[in-house]
Amino acid sequence: MRFQLTDDQLALQDGVRGLLSRRFDGEALRAAVDSPGLDRGLWRALGAAGFFSLRVPEADGGVGLGLPEAVLAFEEAGRALLPGPLVATHLAAGVVDGAAEGEVVVADVDPGGFVEWLEEADVVRGEAAGAVALTSVDPLTPLHRVPGARARAVDPVAVLLTAAEQLGTATRACELAVQHARTREQFGQPIGAFQAVKHLCAGMLVRAETARAAVYAAAVTADPVDIAAARLLADEAAERGARDCLQVHGGMGFTWECEVQLLLKRAWVRARRGGGGAESEESLAVDLLA
Amino acid sequence: MDLAYTPEEEEFRARLREWLAKALPTLPPKPSPRDWPGRRAYDLGWQRMLYDAGYAHVHWDASPTTRLIFLEETENAGAPYVGAGFVGLLHAGPTIAAEGTAEQRERWLPPILRGEEVWCQGFSEPDAGSDLAALRTRARRDGDDYVVTGSKIWTSHAEVADWCELLVRTDAAAPKHRGITWLALPMSAAGVEVRPLRTLAGSTEFAEVFLDEVRVPVANRVGEENDGWRVTMVTLSFERGTAFVGEVVACRRVLRSVAAAARDNGCWDDPSVRRRLGRLNAEFRALWRLTQWNVSEAEASGGVPGVGGSVFKLRYSHVRQELYDVAADVLGAESLDLERDWVLDRLSSLSYTIAAGTSQIQRNIVAERILGLPKGR
Repeated sequence: MRFQLTDDQLALQDGVRGLLSRRFDGEALRAAVDSPGLDRGLWRALGAAGFFSLRVPEADGGVGLGLPEAVLAFEEAGRALLPGPLVATHLAAGVVDGAAEGEVVVADVDPGGFVEWLEEADVVRGEAAGAVALTSVDPLTPLHRVPGARARAVDPVAVLLTAAEQLGTATRACELAVQHARTREQFGQPIGAFQAVKHLCAGMLVRAETARAAVYAAAVTADPVDIAAARLLADEAAERGARDCLQVHGGMGFTWECEVQLLLKRAWVRARRGGGGAESEESLAVDLLA
Repeated sequence: MDLAYTPEEEEFRARLREWLAKALPTLPPKPSPRDWPGRRAYDLGWQRMLYDAGYAHVHWDASPTTRLIFLEETENAGAPYVGAGFVGLLHAGPTIAAEGTAEQRERWLPPILRGEEVWCQGFSEPDAGSDLAALRTRARRDGDDYVVTGSKIWTSHAEVADWCELLVRTDAAAPKHRGITWLALPMSAAGVEVRPLRTLAGSTEFAEVFLDEVRVPVANRVGEENDGWRVTMVTLSFERGTAFVGEVVACRRVLRSVAAAARDNGCWDDPSVRRRLGRLNAEFRALWRLTQWNVSEAEASGGVPGVGGSVFKLRYSHVRQELYDVAADVLGAESLDLERDWVLDRLSSLSYTIAAGTSQIQRNIVAERILGLPKGR
């Protein structure tokens, strides 16, 4: 048992982080809020880097890696708050022509009854007839509601990759909060010297690290019950992490300019995927009687 | 990243499982929690069985992964936990092994392994609990002895201990972390008085220890004089590392029996109960994975567990309390009956967010040592 990242996995993590910091840094994130729309150039760059074809076998022109590597890549995407139907397009690679290369944008009708990025998508999987546009809570995720969407089984891989994104966002929230707490001064000292603020930050890290262990383990075992557990912990780490990060930022955290709102709103959108966490809780309960 | 065990590790697991299946039925009946001498004899008897079978050393010189397997298998088989051997096997023993002289290791370690001597921990004082370094029990040098006066509190197993790992102040003028020394105190020494404390669970897990001009040979000092704080940190890092592995396995077993009880008494039909149970399943699965992660990290770093143990302890101590709260809801009115196992466990779980560093202290550790936030004034 060596439940630690291998050198290759560390290199992959580094590579994706590097690509995203060059192509989608904090400035690009704010620019994207001002002019919403999918950056096709960036989408193709992700395709060229193998983001979508990561799990497609080499014989079929993919990178030929596994779930653990995909999870690391999606964690970085969540950390950068990268917008777009990333999970849907990744799952379509090798199935929908052009998805693997990032030439084609694929959206999925979620079993929860909504679609992300419907209008930007070249291919929509699932029945989206009669979709009605919502005023999306997340400025970087356009949403449509699909009336009468049939409940169908949720793909565990989609759940896991979403959990990985949530983990990345939880990590980002902790980093932002700590950075702010170390520099922002009140009463003549950094606010991070106050226990009340320290304990908020410590809670964020504890939730993120617990979620990390669950998400990485689920990536190794691909077990649906492990994935359900990873999802619950990652949703909690991202939602509560973003909320606490907002609190640490004080009044500034409540403004449109502050990045924190984007973390929280995206975490909310992701937490609704697959119909929310209730199904995961139920399957974990049933597992106890197995 | 992988979660597979090596063939050698799997072989260790298989042999251990086979031995447990034969050994456990030969154990005497478990004594009542209130019968301390009986519990001491029971716990030491189990340690002796482990010794004879070649498993006594696992806590000390096996790889972290082998230790993980040992704790997982013994707990799954329903074997006794370390009990009265806890301080000797998991605190004092590792400290003496790491910091003691050859003579000291020869004197103290074999009796711990053979289940012949019990140790207790003389760290906390009435005015130095979480602020451990504020301790005031004094020791002055007199010839070949230290003469110790003061008092300790929350001393687990003191009633039945042969030895106490004792922290004393040897230099009152030095900064508080620098004037501390680590001594092995024989509990039979003149001037040692033990007064059991009754916990809210009704048992006497721990005691106050009063020390009045107690003579402790200088030869019983582990590490240098005034270097006891560093020596102690070695001990505490063990405590916060893998000390809870067996307990996480036990909690997962308890959770399954709580779910089965809920199914049997109809609580299961309440979705809010089911969903709380499901969420606890997620928590304990994650804590098990975090344990595997920490063990792998310890293995990579040469066996010494790091500060990541604080992350684990914080989450675990709170989730353990939630587990027994859900159990109480499933039990309904029965949760008011002290004779029920889960009820005593519910009471005991209240100590987990306090013992071995309160959750508040752990959050400070996480914030300052891992996240690098400034120390408060």
